[in-house]
Amino acid sequence: MKRVQFEHSAIPYLFVAPQIVIIVIFFLWPAAQAIYQSFLLEDAWGLSSQFVWFRNYADTILSESWLQAAGFTLVFSTLVTFLSLSLALLLAVKANEVIRGASTYKTTLMWAYAIAPPVAGLMGNLMFNPLIGDLYKFFNAIGWDFNHKLDSFDAGFVVVLISVWKQVSVNFIFFLSGLQGIPKSVNEASMMDCRSPTRRFWTITFPLLAPTTFFLMVINITYAFFETFGIIDTTTRGAPGGATNTLVFKVFQDGFRGADLGGSSAQSVVLMLIVLALTVVQFRFIERKVHY
Amino acid sequence: MRFKSLLAAIVFGGSVLGSTQALSATEIQWWHAMGGRLGEVVNEIAENYNASQSDVVVVPTYKGGYEDTMTAGIAAFRAKEQPHIIQIFDAGAATIINAKGATVPVADLMKDFNIDDYIPGVRYFYADSAGKMIGLPFNSSTPLLYYNKDAFAEAGIENPPTTWEEFETIAPKLKEAGYIALAQSHSPWIFSENFHSRHNIQLATGNNGYDSTDVELLYNNDHMKMHWTKVKEWLDAGYYGFYGRAWGDNQDAFVQKKVAMWLGSSGSFGGLTKSAEFKFGATFLPYWESIIKEPKGTFIGGAALFAMSGHDDAEYDAVADFFAYMTASENQVFWHKETGYVPITQAAYADAKKEGYYESTPDAEIGILQLSQPGGEWTKGYRLGYYVQIRDVMYKHFDDIFSGSASVDDAFASMEKESNALLKRFNDTYK
Repeated sequence: MKRVQFEHSAIPYLFVAPQIVIIVIFFLWPAAQAIYQSFLLEDAWGLSSQFVWFRNYADTILSESWLQAAGFTLVFSTLVTFLSLSLALLLAVKANEVIRGASTYKTTLMWAYAIAPPVAGLMGNLMFNPLIGDLYKFFNAIGWDFNHKLDSFDAGFVVVLISVWKQVSVNFIFFLSGLQGIPKSVNEASMMDCRSPTRRFWTITFPLLAPTTFFLMVINITYAFFETFGIIDTTTRGAPGGATNTLVFKVFQDGFRGADLGGSSAQSVVLMLIVLALTVVQFRFIERKVHY
Repeated sequence: MRFKSLLAAIVFGGSVLGSTQALSATEIQWWHAMGGRLGEVVNEIAENYNASQSDVVVVPTYKGGYEDTMTAGIAAFRAKEQPHIIQIFDAGAATIINAKGATVPVADLMKDFNIDDYIPGVRYFYADSAGKMIGLPFNSSTPLLYYNKDAFAEAGIENPPTTWEEFETIAPKLKEAGYIALAQSHSPWIFSENFHSRHNIQLATGNNGYDSTDVELLYNNDHMKMHWTKVKEWLDAGYYGFYGRAWGDNQDAFVQKKVAMWLGSSGSFGGLTKSAEFKFGATFLPYWESIIKEPKGTFIGGAALFAMSGHDDAEYDAVADFFAYMTASENQVFWHKETGYVPITQAAYADAKKEGYYESTPDAEIGILQLSQPGGEWTKGYRLGYYVQIRDVMYKHFDDIFSGSASVDDAFASMEKESNALLKRFNDTYK
């Protein structure tokens, strides 16, 4: 076989250059800094420092509070991803079937899309305020002894609820456009073959939505791991007793509040590795089942 | 109001530009953590100072909360862009004082510096182990008990409690009148650090951490555990309200008349005067008579001003001049009256007294009186590394005590273990 060699032009490189520059400045360079810092025991001001190999990792990763945060992050991310995907899918399927006032439903469901996580957190914080919060009062009125300031389950419930609420509309938009991208003819053909709408959904619609679902799963896990920081920071801040502390919030607490750069860097490197591993798993094992 | 402050900012900004250009005065950057009304007072002090002379221009910049300000200072220092003056809070004191060469001691900076000019409660908190003042106490407050006079009248109680034993006798009466007796806004500061000072108990080895960084925390002691066992009992009996870790949520419970007494800061006085729609009073932090017959004073919370290293002599002269202005009696009195923080010098306290300020507002004096109560061996404060994280550890275990997920003994044992691990890390880093 003869290899065709095209003439090289500098123009493509020029086009990707801005993206590369951004990645280098905002990801590769800080990541390298974090890895370097994670091996140092250095005072906050950078006046003295010693190379300590894996001491920072041992000190932080093996500590009870980190393990607690890791456990919560795992449960929290799974719940947030699963709930916000399934709720959004349900809503999208239902909204797609609506004929009268469809755009009203859709707009209402998309509405929360533009809300930033910290704002969602602040709103949730008000609604769950023990003195003036309507939801706090409501839950207590229906006989649930609700107190998220002391009960770790209740606190977890609050952060999951806010995080899911904020993410559902994003997922909804993608699912809806995914559904609308399914050719009418396929649906019509399936209707002739099968009467049960549930079965039609799982055998025809859902597999056709798989690329969308996979994409959303990846971004939802990232959301649950990182972006929910703003929600945790404005609501529970890890309380009660560290029960709602996520890994990224702990990185922030130790590094930015506590001025422990080495320990915080070690944690962020580990966090980076966890997310990297998760992404690899997703692409290798789950993406295989996705048909584009 | 907004227009007014905007106008002030423009005028102020203009005057800064004008004076730097015209006179090439020394510009002093001052990073602080005073938001809202406090920030306005800070700007006013800087403006007054700038107007009072023409050699130095002080530029105050609000950097967010205490932690944000410290983090901003750290980042700036590492980039060699540090401000001349930075406000660092109590829990961060070890971070700046133990790092060799991050700050220039205020005692070296100021001419005619005499530590005895300062009121006893503020003297040594930001000093080194030899008693040399490193940071200039700035916004200094101390924990006080606020009580709702109307609620007390309803429950038929004459006086606020001076001891926790007394508290236990009046709490049921307040409960009957429909109030939760007590809430509190900062359990590490009030129910731990100042608990030790009030009862003259050592809280860390190495002279409360002043002599060394190789220290261990002593919170896991019988007095502390007794106190927290009681607090948990009060919570279960409905005498104590816990509204989360946030300062404001617990203060709101007092303002909204859910709780009859609230432990807050002497600096909360001004805010309460505006927000509380009932008559309230302030009194000393209660103590356990079973532990100490004659309670000792408390120490300060809040923050201090540090001169950061790496600037030239002319700039340090300017900083010293500004510090001298700040500590001048009339400016301290102004600060005290506007904010509710205590005046840090004896002279300012005497002046405020002389002009009759405490006759019209006697509650404003309680903080100073408490800080001036006889000191003991363990009342000057503490110097502990990674104390921001240690406070988080404490909060975590206090939560567990409140929720009942850990016994008081277990909670304090874990607290000790985790805190000492942090102190060891700090020692290995800063030794």
